Amino acid sequence: MLNKTGIPTAEDVKKVSPSEDRLKKGPVAIIECFQEIPCNPCTEACKQGAIQPMEDINNLPKLDFDKCNGCGVCLSRCPGLAIFIVDASYSDTEAVVRIPYEYLPVPQVSDKVVGLGRAGEELGVFEVIKVQSGGQKNKTYTLWLVVPNDLAMDLRSIRLGGVRHAN
Amino acid sequence: MPKVKETEILIVGGGPAGLSAASAAANLGASVLVLERDGKPGGQLIKQTHKFFGSKKQYAGDRGYQIGDLLIEQCRNNPNLEVWTDTTVLGIYEDGVVTAEGQGKHLKITPKKIIVATGASEKMIAFPNNDLPGIYGAGAVQTLMNVHGIVPGKRVLMIGAGNIGLIVSYQLMQAGVEIAAIIEAAPTIGGYLVHASKIRRAGVPILTSHTITEAYGDEGVEGAIICKLDESWQPVLGSEQDLKVDVVCLAVGLSPLTELCFQADCQMKYVPELSGHVPVRSEYLETTRPGLYVAGDVSGVEEASSAMVEGRLAGISAACSLGYGEDIAPKLQAEALAELSELRAGPAGQKTLRGIINLMDKGGVVC
Repeated sequence: MLNKTGIPTAEDVKKVSPSEDRLKKGPVAIIECFQEIPCNPCTEACKQGAIQPMEDINNLPKLDFDKCNGCGVCLSRCPGLAIFIVDASYSDTEAVVRIPYEYLPVPQVSDKVVGLGRAGEELGVFEVIKVQSGGQKNKTYTLWLVVPNDLAMDLRSIRLGGVRHAN
Repeated sequence: MPKVKETEILIVGGGPAGLSAASAAANLGASVLVLERDGKPGGQLIKQTHKFFGSKKQYAGDRGYQIGDLLIEQCRNNPNLEVWTDTTVLGIYEDGVVTAEGQGKHLKITPKKIIVATGASEKMIAFPNNDLPGIYGAGAVQTLMNVHGIVPGKRVLMIGAGNIGLIVSYQLMQAGVEIAAIIEAAPTIGGYLVHASKIRRAGVPILTSHTITEAYGDEGVEGAIICKLDESWQPVLGSEQDLKVDVVCLAVGLSPLTELCFQADCQMKYVPELSGHVPVRSEYLETTRPGLYVAGDVSGVEEASSAMVEGRLAGISAACSLGYGEDIAPKLQAEALAELSELRAGPAGQKTLRGIINLMDKGGVVC
């Protein structure tokens, strides 16, 4: 149960996941926001009209996967760090997962880092292919990680305390 | 300085509620004096490095300290407004005189209206050795780290999975400190689940239905024993775990800082949903002592977003009662009330709403 452990369940994740077809078409946001709290910056961040305005600020965000182009603006704006971008069109076998990151040191492009799932479990060692700064004010980094296709919906964090290189 | 300082509106406390009240009142034309006990205004905002929730109107998406800077700037640019730091209010007297200690002097102020925005203080819990060096309140950990740049230790046990426990754990991790676990006596996580999830996926266990049974160590904390609680909150025998930690951080809730309200003879009521004794007040935040308003955590512990809106509402109401902005005040008040209802409309705000209904209900007044 999410509210006992902090770990979203498979059913929780399923509710906010696009179809396999949509995933294959290219980058798309996965909004892992499962609790009604007064918060709406994602709706203002989205310039694609994909995250619909909320009637009540406590509503859960509603994302139209077909309008979402995976630009990632919502990812860097979400105060809950709950939005990820998955691009399953990266190659036949690999996907790119973009995650928000607010720890030090910030990994560099081509670093190999230990990827973690929603429970903090190790999923393997993956390459960072891009690092985007959120800028002076926002400060949240976006890390782009290349992962095998089957981990695209699982990898959500990396091990802290710096970069652990593959042996 | 004259023997007695005159001002139209005196605001006690320069946190999110106090500063918002100050600029709202000064913008309508009232002369405002803010007294802040600390050396710098901003209250708890200056230690908040995470992005705030809410909507644009409450600066959502900005980090707490950035919001603090913004509020301080708004006050600094207002010619009707003065902020005195390192000044502690001591008493509010029957004849309307307010006394304070500051600048090495005993100060007297005669305001026409008063807004008490003193915030809240941290609760403590009882367990053996809770006086060992290395046992901290979460606020102290934040002050050490985010004001003075000092980490409290190497490995921390966090007690409490409300928003403060979750956020301070995250800040500790950002500072390179390991969190052994976050434990919470209640069966569910009290804080926002997005905060919990981001900590959990970084590898930190969040153990609900768990409590601390003791801390141990010679010179300071060397470890802590935690155990599971059953459905009736009783320790489960044999469930003890020994965690090697050098810091135990307590984030077990806040109590409204209401001493001045008691002393000023405001009617008080114990409202558990608002976290303790709070002054009975009108919709516009005026207490039963005419001309004395409250805003922020002192009127019930909540989020900084609502504290800022309450501050604005109290500031407008106090200024309006002095004849300032009478034409636009009703509209501004209605806007603030609408924002508060919006913030409290969801499941997370239900407790506060119940508390306010309970508070407004006649009866149960303690003094």
